[in-house]
Amino acid sequence: MTELLIIWSVLVSQIMIALAMVCALYRVAKGPRAQDRILGLDTVYITAMLLLLTFGIRTANVLYFEAALTIALLGFVSTIAFAKFLMRGEVIE
Amino acid sequence: MTFLVDLPVWAAIPVCLLLLSGSALTLAGAIGLVRFQSFYERLHAPTLCTSGGVLLIALSSMIAFGVLQNRWIVHEVLIVVFMIVTTPVTLMLLGQSALYRDRAEKSAEVPRKTETAKADPGIDISGNDI
Repeated sequence: MTELLIIWSVLVSQIMIALAMVCALYRVAKGPRAQDRILGLDTVYITAMLLLLTFGIRTANVLYFEAALTIALLGFVSTIAFAKFLMRGEVIE
Repeated sequence: MTFLVDLPVWAAIPVCLLLLSGSALTLAGAIGLVRFQSFYERLHAPTLCTSGGVLLIALSSMIAFGVLQNRWIVHEVLIVVFMIVTTPVTLMLLGQSALYRDRAEKSAEVPRKTETAKADPGIDISGNDI
């Protein structure tokens, strides 16, 4: 009983996070403007990190959590760089 | 999936509930990202993913690993703290640059800087300068 509950809830939550990633990818593809695409890309980063967290819960591997931390760091830096680029036209002045 | 089935029932139920509610919040935020009309409305939607989703899923993995392995939980705490600190920074910067672009194009959607605020910089009644 407990096995079934855990297996199904992990699977369902992974499917929901993957659907969220698809929604964010739709926003990246459709636009309509550059800032919308950047917002979608930021959401793709976050959902990828959540997906890695659920994989980590499923397999009990610490490596997934370190990968999730790295993705969070890189997503933050890249979104900041994109926003800076939109504002000024260059990243490093 | 080999180890999670050893979880006792009293720990399995909160783990499952937290996982499901966290991913449901993430999905709700992403659907909001698709369905809202203007960019400034859309800017609010992904915060559901970053605050609710990350917090609840990290909490569930904390419970699972704390019960099963007696592991010192530091990765999840790091991830949660990092997300809570960085999300407002990125979204505010993105909103600011979008506002800058819309004003440069003289778009009708955003409020303009008023003339009185320009004439008297001491009192900014518009309250929306960059």
